[in-house]
Amino acid sequence: MSKRDLKLKIDELSSPLGTFKGLEIEVGRIFEEEWEEPVGPTPFPSVGTLRSWDRKLLNRYKPFYMPFCDLCCLCTFGKCDLTGDKRGACGISLAAQQSRIVLIACCIGASTHTAHARHMLDHLLEEYGRDAPLDVAMNTGVEAPHIRLVCGIRPKTLRDLEDALDYVETQLVQLVGATHTGQEGDNIDFESKAFHAGMLDHVAMEAADIMQIATLGFPKGDPEAPLAELGYGTIDPTKPVIMCIGHNVLPSVDIIDYMMENNLFGEVEVGGLCCTAHDMSRYNKGSKIIGPISWQLRFIRAGIPDIIVVDEQCLRTDVLEEARKLGVPVLATSEKSCLGLPDRTSEDADAIVNDLVTGSADGALVIEPRKVGEISVRTAIGVRNRRGEKTFDLGELSELAKKCRNCLECVRACPNNLEIAATLQSAKEGDYEPLASLYDLCVGCGRCESACPVDLPIISMITKASQKQIATEKYKMRVGRGAIQDIEIREVGQPIVFGEIPGVVALVGCANYPAGGDDVARIAEEFLKRRFIVVTSGCSAMNIAMTRDEEGLNLYEKYPGNFDAGGLVNVGSCVANSHITGAAIKIANIFAKRSLRANYEEIADYIYNRVGAVGLAWGAMSQKAASIAAGCWRLGIPVVVGPHGSKYRRMLLGRKENEEDWAVYNARDGEQVYVGPVPEHLFYAAETLEEAIVMISKLVMRPNDTNKGRAVKLSHYIDLHKTYYGSMPDDLHLFVRRQADVPFTMRDEIMAALEEKGWVEDMIASPDPTLLDRMVRRRA
Amino acid sequence: MSAKTILGQTAEIAGPKKAFVIPKPEVAASMIKRAKRPLLVVGSESLKAKTVDGDLIDTAIRLGKKAGITVVATGHMVREFRNRNAEGVHSMPLMNLGDRLRDPNWKGFDGEGQYDLVVFAGLPYYLEWLVLNGLKHFAAGLTTISFDASYQPNASWSLGTMREEEWKEVIDRIASILEEAA
Repeated sequence: MSKRDLKLKIDELSSPLGTFKGLEIEVGRIFEEEWEEPVGPTPFPSVGTLRSWDRKLLNRYKPFYMPFCDLCCLCTFGKCDLTGDKRGACGISLAAQQSRIVLIACCIGASTHTAHARHMLDHLLEEYGRDAPLDVAMNTGVEAPHIRLVCGIRPKTLRDLEDALDYVETQLVQLVGATHTGQEGDNIDFESKAFHAGMLDHVAMEAADIMQIATLGFPKGDPEAPLAELGYGTIDPTKPVIMCIGHNVLPSVDIIDYMMENNLFGEVEVGGLCCTAHDMSRYNKGSKIIGPISWQLRFIRAGIPDIIVVDEQCLRTDVLEEARKLGVPVLATSEKSCLGLPDRTSEDADAIVNDLVTGSADGALVIEPRKVGEISVRTAIGVRNRRGEKTFDLGELSELAKKCRNCLECVRACPNNLEIAATLQSAKEGDYEPLASLYDLCVGCGRCESACPVDLPIISMITKASQKQIATEKYKMRVGRGAIQDIEIREVGQPIVFGEIPGVVALVGCANYPAGGDDVARIAEEFLKRRFIVVTSGCSAMNIAMTRDEEGLNLYEKYPGNFDAGGLVNVGSCVANSHITGAAIKIANIFAKRSLRANYEEIADYIYNRVGAVGLAWGAMSQKAASIAAGCWRLGIPVVVGPHGSKYRRMLLGRKENEEDWAVYNARDGEQVYVGPVPEHLFYAAETLEEAIVMISKLVMRPNDTNKGRAVKLSHYIDLHKTYYGSMPDDLHLFVRRQADVPFTMRDEIMAALEEKGWVEDMIASPDPTLLDRMVRRRA
Repeated sequence: MSAKTILGQTAEIAGPKKAFVIPKPEVAASMIKRAKRPLLVVGSESLKAKTVDGDLIDTAIRLGKKAGITVVATGHMVREFRNRNAEGVHSMPLMNLGDRLRDPNWKGFDGEGQYDLVVFAGLPYYLEWLVLNGLKHFAAGLTTISFDASYQPNASWSLGTMREEEWKEVIDRIASILEEAA
């Protein structure tokens, strides 16, 4: 770190000028320079600092808007109809309005992670002090690539992270301000601001994750981080069960600590859903991971938890109502999600436990983590004793199903149009198999129930019909390891940049899948078998665990956890996504020795042209996913989403046939040369899993690929295209630069295809690629 | 609300400009016949959509062969066409296609220029809804038609919502008229 506050307080000072009492002198920050790396051109960039870089990308990847709403209803001039070329009362166009909504989504996402980071930091500063060191990964000197790159500071202690968060918070206010009526009016400038929000988000996520790694004893970049238990079947419902939902691990940490201190581990089950579960398992692998976000309703309805502890983000906002039906108390632990519960933080724990156990209160807000630990465990034990046997009795399913009028409202309410009504018709006859078959496909949103005119508890019925399957759901998941070690980057930097490791595929994000979570595991395995590096986080990391091969092994049991070809790297929760982009930054810094400090454009330019990384958020749902993606875009990393990702309402698409779009500078001589459409898109929604797989294999190509590297990438692209499309790709002529790029084993076939397209060798250049004029070393 | 305009997904409510309901198969067939450069887009749910010919893939093959309409498969559906020995079917991801259909300078699959009428069929409802809305606003002059069994409000013209058996008959009738006219 390079800055320090100076604060001088003098009670009484006598001087020739007179006597001063209660004198305070405060000097903002003193630059404590001990980092030899010079400050780059963009320390603490403001909203417009990187605008020209964004415009270079956005000129190549033009937004394709698919409005989710044709109106604007943000001010009292409206509603305004923005159809076609109409303008709103403030003058805004539909294109600008779409980008504005994208920016708002990215601000929400980035603010959520930032608020999470700030909350943790305030707490950890109290617990561990300002000087707690940031030791975040083994064999690692670059502890915080995003903070170094964006802010130009090198954090060494917890206190240093305040500077990063102060900066992010200030910028987010600027961005939200830009969305007010009568501010920004240009769609591309809105897009640039969305990129800015994304960049800020990765800074905040990084701060959040390294502070919890450094203080809570999480794995420090350990490829052999332990395997934790995951799945519904890992929880013993006969014991008191604490169910933690959300993303902020602090309350769960104190629950686990209380259990340890009182020798209750093993007597009481503690399980988590969503990212809290990830971070609980990083804290103590004995905690259970129940599953991804989509399992909330099912698990509650099954009556298993004896207390539900919610922290923040991705909670079902009706959790209190659901819990109330079962007589299970809810403990809210964050001011961001009070759920209407009374704040009892300052009350005696005994009184709160008594009220929750007896049922005289159905929940409480307690924002002091230590107290949450004690209350949760004692309440779970008390409620368990009160409840007796846990039953999940819906009566006879067929009788319940007979109420169904087959009106199809459930089908129309379902995000995936699942054939719910048809399965209920079978259930009427006592055939529950079709109903059970929905279990793996259902995202658990419960919209079907809201729509049902006879109030059938459809989610509960699906869960009941699947009880046998659910009981056997026990998997192993390698707990989140956190950052990628510098030493690993040194090993793989060259093969990634030269293209010999075919690519890095990051399977991240939420569980809003079009056809179940198994798809994520299928995609992961396709690339693992091909010796890509597969990185994962969040709900996707959980779903990857939930398929087994014939020998009963899942992907975590079959593939190593190191950041190398064929490695399956679970970095952890949402905020750990920063380590994935952080690894790309570290490749530029550690392998290529590019200066990192406040040098955003150059590093992003390096990643964009050289690092074959692609993100896939197959079930992307949230605004956080939007801002995480936006942070990838600004770094030049393409992101593919599943079909529901189209609801983010705009894509950033390249046009591969427009040669003029794909010119770069050759840094050796300044000449502008055509390098082909690599990577073709920056943000892209795939309709099917097969399409996504083929597109990812194409998006890993970069202008800097060596001949050998391009041949490796092409061989995968062609092979996957043949597998899933049944033919050779028809655009090979845009990716083969010279004969040396052609995979040897496919030579005749490829050359014939190229000839058909009139391909000429060296039409596509292999320069030292850059989009930045200032990176040209010598002019021809 | 007319039963014909019941949405395939409850909350996918359109803006002020909504699709006209195609009153009878002859109208749809007539629009396609009159188009100079019609295009049929066949999506990933085509295998689930059973028709008189078998499924939507079979019907698309029939329209491509006998009515001379250019057919493009989205997702990975081109494999299904190849498995059924259908020649001349193009393949393009839906996002790429939507992006090109809004560009008046796109040369089309044959290099002859932009299409003037595009028929969508067999796509996930919400995905088609969104792409059609992108085209409604940003592809001036392009006529879009939805052959879904559920009303698609963002098309220029859409079949009304109907039961499966009725839908099969309507699709078959449209295909038959186009065959006869070819």
